[in-house]
Amino acid sequence: MTMATQVTDVTSAADAAPLVDAIRVSVPERGLRHDLRAVGIVWRRELIRFRTDRLRAITSLIQPVLFLFVLGTGLGSLAGHSLPPGVSFKTFIYPGVLAMSVLFTAIFSAASIVWDREFGFLREILVAPVSRASIVVGKCLGGATIATFQGVIFLILAGFARVPYNPLLILTLIGELLLLAFTLTAFGVMMAARIKQFQAFMAVTQMLVMPLFFLSGALYPLSGLPAWLSVLTRIDPLTYVVGPMRHAVFSHLSIPALFSAHLSPAITWDGWAVPLGLSIGLVAIMGLAMMGIAIAEFSKTE
Amino acid sequence: MVTDTTTNTGGAVAPDGAPASARDPVISVSGLTKKYGEVEAVRGIDFEVTRGETFGFLGPNGAGKTTTIEILCTLKVATSGTAMVAGFDARTQRDSVRRNIGLVFQDTTLDTYLTAEQNLRFHAELYGVPKAAVGPRMRQVLDMVGLWDRKDSLVGTYSGGMQRRLEIARGLLHAPHVLFLDEPTVGLDPQTRSSIWAYINDLKRREEITMFLTTHYMDEAEHCDRIAIIDHGQIVAIDTPEALKASVGKDRVQIQTANDTSAIEALRDAFGIEAGMHEGAVTFSVASGEQFVPRLFAELPVPIRSVSVSRPSLDDVFMSYTGTTIRDAEASGTDAMRRAAQRFRAGRGRR
Repeated sequence: MTMATQVTDVTSAADAAPLVDAIRVSVPERGLRHDLRAVGIVWRRELIRFRTDRLRAITSLIQPVLFLFVLGTGLGSLAGHSLPPGVSFKTFIYPGVLAMSVLFTAIFSAASIVWDREFGFLREILVAPVSRASIVVGKCLGGATIATFQGVIFLILAGFARVPYNPLLILTLIGELLLLAFTLTAFGVMMAARIKQFQAFMAVTQMLVMPLFFLSGALYPLSGLPAWLSVLTRIDPLTYVVGPMRHAVFSHLSIPALFSAHLSPAITWDGWAVPLGLSIGLVAIMGLAMMGIAIAEFSKTE
Repeated sequence: MVTDTTTNTGGAVAPDGAPASARDPVISVSGLTKKYGEVEAVRGIDFEVTRGETFGFLGPNGAGKTTTIEILCTLKVATSGTAMVAGFDARTQRDSVRRNIGLVFQDTTLDTYLTAEQNLRFHAELYGVPKAAVGPRMRQVLDMVGLWDRKDSLVGTYSGGMQRRLEIARGLLHAPHVLFLDEPTVGLDPQTRSSIWAYINDLKRREEITMFLTTHYMDEAEHCDRIAIIDHGQIVAIDTPEALKASVGKDRVQIQTANDTSAIEALRDAFGIEAGMHEGAVTFSVASGEQFVPRLFAELPVPIRSVSVSRPSLDDVFMSYTGTTIRDAEASGTDAMRRAAQRFRAGRGRR
């Protein structure tokens, strides 16, 4: 890639003597480096917008906090009997609620595409001489990053749910959150490619978010469920992140293995236990596939 | 990064390898058409714009101006015909065209939650402006539109005129060969409009840039080196503003009378003049208006309440080529093509 800054020729510079010489900039041919810069700036814009919008960061924390402390405490008095000493109901639902804390931020970060379209900024992005792929990738990574931030803030509250601040556990959870946030953002971006009205986008995603959360096993163990619910939980992509996250938390608690197996059972397909790696891999593949669809959708439009 | 002050490759050969000389057309369009379903928004237009020229598309709303600009900017694909911009085909070499043009849209396309500087930086990165050039160039374009001292303010706090200026600055940031301005002053108050024009005229002096703009304001078209008058998707006249006005050669007379219908009849019978109703007045053109007015008062059997005589303006040019004033053309809600085209555009959303 050649880059050149050229000063205008002498005659025109003399004509415009009192003025600054026009700085000649030649825009380079499209290349990998250019595409990476585009990914970078789209990503950075998400962070800037998140930083300046503190209200959003605070309000998105309210819901998980309510679930953990109000629902967790309230239901805990009922469910407490089946839990071993040292494990509260809050501990049990913590991984699920942690997943929830990134759920809204991730999906709604994609709403900004719909917003940008309504307010014209999307046009500025789409007429640029860069590949649509770099814009979609930047957007997915940006949404994933801010949603993970949101999750990290919620991680600070882990102690209140008696989840230990073990560095390895924290790192595992952050990694899983990042993956979850990426997949959810990719899902949102894919939807935003098709849904052009802001209200419609919010309505559709709101409608999907709660079932995703309730069916993921965030609030109850996946073992011993009636067949219909069991099937539905296995279809929910969120299940495949909540499971490994709960596994990570429970493997850092000092409780009898029997309880662990009951409260944090492996996800099973018709009796076959899905390995953690496959579970995580599935979520990653889903995220990449949805991002691929989003890229194809945005590349199609003029 | 190469800073080269002695040899100027940009003069002989454009950085992208396209041959460049002052006479070469920067934009050349032939046989361009665009259909929206059954509706023909652009019906076969041809024109060329030479390097450094400011070229205006003048016509009422819905005449096909925006559609044409969108085809040139690679935002829409023509139904037939070719459009070459900065040496590249707008249909097949979209990226190359996009690298070489700057755009200022009719509607704002700024991120109002970012500062002016952040908006420009975003643009610089998307267009791959060499890193070392971003800072100085940003300063230059912001100085040009008088917004350097406001660069750290959120764009949402800007007035409409400031936002438009910032968009012009952004369109120039990557030093395009052609700057497209779609209705650059629409929706702004008269004072702001004239200040935008001051910036645009200043820009013509500073940068060797070709400008293509659309407008439906007659007075603004006068800022252009050449004008194409477009109506119903066709170019009806194309020349310098002066030549167009000279081609009309007649003064426009408008009279208010007690009975307009009989006044029009009397004008035809007594003077052999075809008059029509425009903007609520009996309107006609005569060779020397001032000398005609006394005769008019003496010989017209209908009482005259008021009279105005005006030198040929672009309004008259528009009228002589299209048979209607631009305001009447916009007011006529019966034009099916226009409405259908607008509906089609609105229905597809902003893309």
